[in-house]
Amino acid sequence: MRLLTHNMLSSNIKGVANGFPLRIVAEKVIEKPVEMNHDFLKNMFAKLDWKAFVDASRSLGYVELPDEADASMLESSEFLNKFHHALLELHLEEGALVCPETGRKFPVNKGIPNMLLHEDEV
Amino acid sequence: MNREKERKRMKLKQLEGLLGDLDQFSDPKVELEQYPTGPHITSRMLYTAENSFGDVSDRVVVDLGCGCGTLGLAAALLGADIVIGIDVDTDSLLTASTNAEELEVEIELVQCDVKHLDLRGQVVDTVIMNPPFGTRKKGADMDFLRAALKVASRAVYSLHKTSTREHIKRTALRDFNAKSAEVLCELRYDLPQLYKFHRKKEVDIAVDLWRFVPGTA
Repeated sequence: MRLLTHNMLSSNIKGVANGFPLRIVAEKVIEKPVEMNHDFLKNMFAKLDWKAFVDASRSLGYVELPDEADASMLESSEFLNKFHHALLELHLEEGALVCPETGRKFPVNKGIPNMLLHEDEV
Repeated sequence: MNREKERKRMKLKQLEGLLGDLDQFSDPKVELEQYPTGPHITSRMLYTAENSFGDVSDRVVVDLGCGCGTLGLAAALLGADIVIGIDVDTDSLLTASTNAEELEVEIELVQCDVKHLDLRGQVVDTVIMNPPFGTRKKGADMDFLRAALKVASRAVYSLHKTSTREHIKRTALRDFNAKSAEVLCELRYDLPQLYKFHRKKEVDIAVDLWRFVPGTA
């Protein structure tokens, strides 16, 4: 699971009012280089929840992203490289996503988050 | 034939060829209506989405009920920026993951029930899917369509039995807030004899390839 996906997922347990963002418990993180696509990054920047993204990147052990960012920073290639790396090259391979309200853990195995709910959670 | 056409035809054949080597369900689960989406139908579905509507390359694409990943992997091969495959079944997701490695493409996989799916932001452009037809579990096809129209911001491509055409159209427009619902073509879907209750060796059923445009929320 990459952080773009993390930015879209939330805990949908019945009764949870705000299941976003999911906290990350990282046991194994891997890096896979991919080609950079500027247009894609600009497009995603406008749609991302930046704070959730930065916190997520830090829980994967990547601390290069600033707390706050605005669109003008996309002109800097240094910023783009870091943004690209955190968004698309870091993979949470083993660990868990944790519901911010209930603390319920959604396990991540082989890079696949298991968001299935138990019977009493729907 | 002009060169452009030649190039596209080559690529269509190439895509179909690559998809032909993918692993399929090793132990299909009848309650989930797990049927492989064949390379022929997949390549045509994705080609239509790409060449007629520009809904695949440089887009964020979700394959809902991805099974072994055929549709999503085809989208990745056609140049989708990001592909996310979503399925309820662990075995299928692991096969999809292996298939992605074989093809050397990146695909995100998430285990989730479509009934509880919610992807925040307007990140997803296109949903492609071959949902259960709802023959084993009534309404399963509609659960998928509802989720797809909620998640996509640009278009939904889906296969449904031709016999359910009117119902699909009415429900999409009236209940799921779709802006448009259009049958692009009618296809023959070869169902191989996967399950014991299939009496014939192979069943050939008529399905519609749909394109839905989601309404704005």
